[in-house]
Amino acid sequence: MPEQSAAAGNSLATRRRRRLTGLVVLVVALLLAALASVAFGERNIPLSAVWHAIFTPSGTEFDIIVGALRIPRTLLGLAVGIALGVAGALMQGHTRNPLADPGLLGVTQGAAFAVVLSITVFGMTYVSGQVLFAFAGALIASAVVFALGSVGRGGATPVTLALAGATISWLLLGLTSALVLLDQRGMEVYRFWRIGSLARSEYESAATVLPFLLVGLVLAVLNTPGLNTLALGEDIAKGLGQRVRLTRFVGLGAIALLTGSAVAACGPIAFVGLVVPHIARGITGADYRWLVPYAGLLGAILLLVADVLGRVLAADRFEVGIMLTVLGAPAFIYLVRSVRLVRL
Amino acid sequence: MSVDTRAGTTKGLAVGGLGLRLRWRTILVVGCAAALLLLAVAAHIGLGSYRIPLGEVFEVLLGGGAESQRGAVLDVRLPRALVGVLVGAALGLAGALFQSISRNPLASPDVLGITWGASVGAVTVIAFAGSYGQLSGFADGVGVPLASLLGGLLAGLALYGLSWRRGIDGYRMVLIGIGIAAVGANLVFWLLTVGDVQVAARAMTWLTGSLAAAGWGDVPAVALAVGVLAPLTLFGARVLGVLRFGEDTARGLGVRVNLSRTVLLLLAVLLAAVATAAAGPIGFVALAAPQIALRLCAVAGPPLGASMVLGATLTVCADLAARTLPGVELPVGVYTAVLGAPYLMFLLIRSRREARV
Repeated sequence: MPEQSAAAGNSLATRRRRRLTGLVVLVVALLLAALASVAFGERNIPLSAVWHAIFTPSGTEFDIIVGALRIPRTLLGLAVGIALGVAGALMQGHTRNPLADPGLLGVTQGAAFAVVLSITVFGMTYVSGQVLFAFAGALIASAVVFALGSVGRGGATPVTLALAGATISWLLLGLTSALVLLDQRGMEVYRFWRIGSLARSEYESAATVLPFLLVGLVLAVLNTPGLNTLALGEDIAKGLGQRVRLTRFVGLGAIALLTGSAVAACGPIAFVGLVVPHIARGITGADYRWLVPYAGLLGAILLLVADVLGRVLAADRFEVGIMLTVLGAPAFIYLVRSVRLVRL
Repeated sequence: MSVDTRAGTTKGLAVGGLGLRLRWRTILVVGCAAALLLLAVAAHIGLGSYRIPLGEVFEVLLGGGAESQRGAVLDVRLPRALVGVLVGAALGLAGALFQSISRNPLASPDVLGITWGASVGAVTVIAFAGSYGQLSGFADGVGVPLASLLGGLLAGLALYGLSWRRGIDGYRMVLIGIGIAAVGANLVFWLLTVGDVQVAARAMTWLTGSLAAAGWGDVPAVALAVGVLAPLTLFGARVLGVLRFGEDTARGLGVRVNLSRTVLLLLAVLLAAVATAAAGPIGFVALAAPQIALRLCAVAGPPLGASMVLGATLTVCADLAARTLPGVELPVGVYTAVLGAPYLMFLLIRSRREARV
């Protein structure tokens, strides 16, 4: 017996070491991606000039490109990628559904509806106003979904949450289509907003949602042990003394904040949040304490790489949302076919 | 609707009479939904800028009525209502099949990419054929449905082919579907930004799903498809019921799991693709009809027949709203969710048990 437990302890230790190594590798990969995102683009900037622009800026042309365009864009991609990856992992955990993307809570459609509403009804023309409207719409929609999904005796269950989210999303999509079809100004903005881009945002206004994003990240990390217990089933979690409703509330709050700020800052880039948790789960297994950070890092890497490739290969003519799916979806399908799936 | 069906939902389930009780209840639900459907079709034909009383609607349908009424009913309103019924039925059935095969309530033709494949086809034609003024008759009447049918079938074949790996596995199929849907959706969004805003608006009308242009020309193809495919799928109902217990049990009971999944999946793809080609991707029906049906019938998985009838009912009611509400006429796809979502939410909130799929 002692030998066995020693062996088990040993394998646990190796597994933890392997997971930690993986985390370090991902961080390094993310740094490289961020560096590439600063250096490559329509004009490639040599590394020495990047160094110069970051540490001793003196107003050269490269300094301005790096400081005013590339670094804000890279930081935005970094923040949004992490947010969507983490939110996606939490969302799939709470609904226990592999089809759940971070927008399932009504976040994406709520934001879309609010953006279109702000233009068609309130005549909003400023991008900064759009960001705020989108964020408010996202939060309101997800609050409604959470409320509807948790009415009833048992509180929010995975199935009621998923269905409530999908239903409210369809409802908002219907209303959005109505507004867009009735008012061409709405259509003009909506069709570009819908793709999701890192390029068109006004970076200062995008930064207004950053504090919410950080709060969401903290909540997400706090939520992971609870989510592990919830994965055993609600009854067992209750039996183990977990406050199920509180865990759900914290988790869904984190998802709403993370996805809401991501969508408000650069439109819906749902694919990241949908795909990344599946990849992360394949590496780490179902332990959310590891799955969530892996998903966040992978999300940021994926988004930055897609953005860089979009700039390099297509001279920034395709938005990041398109590059992401055109490159990412075939890779994802290949992965799903070739790797043994780790199920939810 | 809630009044009629409520009578059947008040009692719990007795294990002894389980089979019989369920069957009666399903029959009751289908009957009520069919009655409501008939009423909605009659209202669809009777209401509008030119009103025809209910009695005279039936008179015209049976071959009588005044000449002016016959024109309005038979040439304009009846075909549109019929296409609505058929498309709704096809979507409801396809949704029930997808949800059953993948055992996931969120799996609908949209999420799995069939609809997005169809949309890529249609929007490509709209964007490139329509960039010089209006769509010409041929491109509009034949090109768009044909392109959308091709796109939908291609997406369906891709879904099937890529999911196949020594058999079809529901979980893998769902993930592959996500990938296909993402590619299709983003291609559509990109196509929307290429042309000018009028083209985008026209594409958006198609993308919302509209029955406004439906006429007799659309009826035969959809009727043929639904008429042939629906009975075939209903034979699979038993297999789906057994598959719910898990693959191994199903094999043990003598079901050829992969063969039946393959056939049912292809039928579902065909149904969804034909429906989308006829009326555009009318949203929410494929998701909602099976979920409403399974809650009303109180069964473990989406019942095929009830999903079909409820899909038709939801679509026709939504089109009734689209046609008769004052103001600018909006496509039917706007109303399916507006009408269906509150009802599904109501059912979700009311059902005490955890829903299963």
